[in-house]
Amino acid sequence: MSDLQGLYQQLILDHSKSPHGRALLENPSASSHQVNPTCGDEVTVSIRVSGGVIHSLGWEGHGCAISQSSASFLATLIEDRTVVDARELLEEFRTALRSRGTVELDEERFGDAIALNGVSRYVARVKCAMLSWVALERALDDLD
Amino acid sequence: MPSTAPLTHAEIERIRDDFAILQTSVNGHPLAYLDSGATSQKPRQVLDAERAFYEARNSAVHRGAHTLAAYATEEFEDARSTVARFVGARAHEIVWTSNATEGINLVAYALSNASTAGEEYARFALAAGDEILVTELEHHANLIPWQQLAQRTGATLRYIPLLDDGSLDLANLDGLVTEHTRVVAFSHVSNVLGTVNPVALLVERAHAVGALVVLDACQSVPHLPVDFRALDVDFAVFSGHKMLAPTGIGVLYGRAGLLDALPPFLTGGSMITTVTMESAQFLPAPQRFEAGTQRVSQAIALAAAADYLSAIGMHRVAAHGAAASKRLLDGLAGIEGVRVLGAHGERVGLASFDVEGVHAHDVGQFLDDRGIAVRVGHHCAQPLHRRLGLTASTRASASIYTTDAEIDLFLGALAEVRPFFGVTS
Repeated sequence: MSDLQGLYQQLILDHSKSPHGRALLENPSASSHQVNPTCGDEVTVSIRVSGGVIHSLGWEGHGCAISQSSASFLATLIEDRTVVDARELLEEFRTALRSRGTVELDEERFGDAIALNGVSRYVARVKCAMLSWVALERALDDLD
Repeated sequence: MPSTAPLTHAEIERIRDDFAILQTSVNGHPLAYLDSGATSQKPRQVLDAERAFYEARNSAVHRGAHTLAAYATEEFEDARSTVARFVGARAHEIVWTSNATEGINLVAYALSNASTAGEEYARFALAAGDEILVTELEHHANLIPWQQLAQRTGATLRYIPLLDDGSLDLANLDGLVTEHTRVVAFSHVSNVLGTVNPVALLVERAHAVGALVVLDACQSVPHLPVDFRALDVDFAVFSGHKMLAPTGIGVLYGRAGLLDALPPFLTGGSMITTVTMESAQFLPAPQRFEAGTQRVSQAIALAAAADYLSAIGMHRVAAHGAAASKRLLDGLAGIEGVRVLGAHGERVGLASFDVEGVHAHDVGQFLDDRGIAVRVGHHCAQPLHRRLGLTASTRASASIYTTDAEIDLFLGALAEVRPFFGVTS
């Protein structure tokens, strides 16, 4: 597998073309809009939360295959997680993505999203993968 | 009559020998640098000029009386004369800045200062009812300073809109350039489209109503023969780093007499005559706008870059750019799903495009894997992209060292992008 195929794994291409959760929720508990100023990509993440559990996540945005697939993975991973667990997952994701290839995502925790492991070696693309996750983080902050 | 022949293959190869970075590899491939519109590479002659200054003549300019200071001052001012000649100006019309962005801000803040000063600067004062005119294709550097100036002074910012092909919609020019217009600011060559704007027409209209013309010449001075006096603009800016010089040095051109009449922007040492505890008298331009320690070695390196380009001949540099533009446009037209932005016609060697179904960042990543460096994103021109229905595009831009083989390599790789990402028409 070439470096490029390592970055753009089939799961990433599939998720970017047919993303999960790509619709904003009506009456969300919180939402956040994030922009990547270097490329103009943007994403809005909305969540519905009760009893400390994220029941649903919907998002809307446009961007590259990395940012779109990452938002899609996020939508599949986050539903029915507690806010506390979601924040832990987010930190694990950030740590791996910023590791320059030294820390991998845990398959048990991240499932198909481990396809994003290749991104951490491309420093310029880490922001693309983080965009929707940062939006979730800000939305969670708004709950507090 | 200067030669207008494009550069030969042998000449380009000789030029490339001056650029060590062009011999390097990226991701296991020889570098194919097609991002000169963002910043150019620097030839050895420019780097040597900067080093030679530090090793032989470095000292403070325009202060001190020792021998080295005199040499440094002389070389610094010689650099100004060289760069002035390069753009058809006189030395005292050239103000050193960090870059074009600072040059535009300098003009905007000087006008701003005039607006709150007394009678002395009344002819430059802006207020409610006055208008500043820009275009919809401007780089953010030639938009935001004017937005801010309008906000500070109460003036209104208006713009010349674009047609669907990215050219200026001049149909309502009479309605946009009126007796209220005080400043008309536009780019000579679009940094996204590579197209040349109708400078003569806009200057004539602006001057007919007494407005000042500010020209963003960032993408023209490195690639075309440019004569600011012949263009009859009042102010013009460009950056050294896009024309073979280091970062940190740029130029503001101001028509003789105009700079001396403006209030200063940055104040401090080296720009004064008499200072008391209450007030100060300012030097005429260019020192009037050069407060504090200047970018001496960078100015000298910029002059070396101008000499390097002059030795080739700017008409030949332009012919090389036109040939590169044609090769890019012809090649891009033959790739399915690729839409080139901007009208045909007079262009520099630069083309931006959209790849249907593949985001610009992904296009750039694919090309980077082959050692091909292009620019992706909005290229600091969000309103232009929005007008064309895009948030981002990919831009390939050439310089004097760009070969046909590099353009062909880029075109060949680009043809593989949509299949790689599984996009079918």
